Amino acid sequence: MKPDFEQYKDIPGTTIFTIELAQLGFELNQFCMTLRSQANRDEFHADERAYVDKFNMSEEQKDAVLKRDFQRMLDLGGNVYFLSKIFASDGLSYVEAVSTMTDMNVEQYKQMMLDGGRSVEGNRSKKERGEA
Amino acid sequence: MARITAGISTSHVPAVGMAVDLRKENEAYWAPMFAGYDFSKKWIEQNMPDVVIIVYNDHASYFGMEIMPTFAMGIAPKYGICDEGYGKRPIPDVEGAPELSTHLAASLIMDNFDMTVLNVLEVDHGLTVPMSLMFGRPEKWPVKVIPLPVNVVMNPQPSGERCLALGKAIKAAVEQFDGDLNVQIWGTGGMSHQIQGARAGLINEPWDRKFMDDLVHDPETLALKPHLEYMVEAGSEGVELIMWLIMRGALGENVNEIHRFYHVPASNTAVGHLILTPKED
Repeated sequence: MKPDFEQYKDIPGTTIFTIELAQLGFELNQFCMTLRSQANRDEFHADERAYVDKFNMSEEQKDAVLKRDFQRMLDLGGNVYFLSKIFASDGLSYVEAVSTMTDMNVEQYKQMMLDGGRSVEGNRSKKERGEA
Repeated sequence: MARITAGISTSHVPAVGMAVDLRKENEAYWAPMFAGYDFSKKWIEQNMPDVVIIVYNDHASYFGMEIMPTFAMGIAPKYGICDEGYGKRPIPDVEGAPELSTHLAASLIMDNFDMTVLNVLEVDHGLTVPMSLMFGRPEKWPVKVIPLPVNVVMNPQPSGERCLALGKAIKAAVEQFDGDLNVQIWGTGGMSHQIQGARAGLINEPWDRKFMDDLVHDPETLALKPHLEYMVEAGSEGVELIMWLIMRGALGENVNEIHRFYHVPASNTAVGHLILTPKED
């Protein structure tokens, strides 16, 4: 079957981690995997620039890591489960980190979840919303 | 012979594991969610299996991007606990079932399911949170476990049809094992959730409830659902629900619904939970 990765690009505010993005983001995601040990987390936090320079990431990927720009990391092939190792090392929960990718602050985001989450209505398709 | 006596599905939200570890089950935020498992904890005490096959996904905790197996099976005597970035959960290691798992992995490969075989594996919240929900905080887990990690992280994930068919092959393989074992199969992950991008926080309760209905009554049709629909309707991470189809496939055509629970939210996620048993015709 011929893969159709284009179909996923119509979902608003969503980056589907395809095999193509996985290839693009390989070095970024492998960097994240090193943060599964406390020794490496300590080394990363002691000098973040020096630590990311040990990896074969693009400068753009390194910059996104240093700025904790998670949406940009997604665009550059990062996957959120890998990126979670960065925000875990910062002591942030999933909710705290994930909310930074939305147009809400943490408190607003938590309240939205308590109120039943974000509705799918109006959030299914960029075309439907006139964005594509 | 060995037989599959029940299938359990449950979400595997990491924050739930932390709530157990930090003894927060009775806090206002968590109490309604844990209440949905009170019945299940009592039920499983009365229906304790020897072995549980746990269908789950690794969340970049053990598998990096060097190797991304679509379907894998642990055949080790023991599995350690991953450090997922917050330090290891303070829970016991997980005991394997080497005899049954080697039999299963071999049978499945011979039945055309090309399983990746894992002699070494550490398990993450995808596998351990369901155990905490069912067993609480024991000093030693009361069951042996066969981990069955599925790639649901990188698209393309295996199709729903393939997942249902794998479940059917697992049922046949368990029944061919020379040994009298009570085996359960758990399908974990879901329900609707999206933990990335501007659309994060998406929850679709009507879709989730329909998914549970169809899983019970019409899994053959449910298995045809394309991944795109999971992603649009149940969020980018909602596609984890294909793992419930593996569980369902292993229960045979008809099932009894013993327990059902649904709750929003746990962290970013809708929690869904089913206990099903095979209906003998």
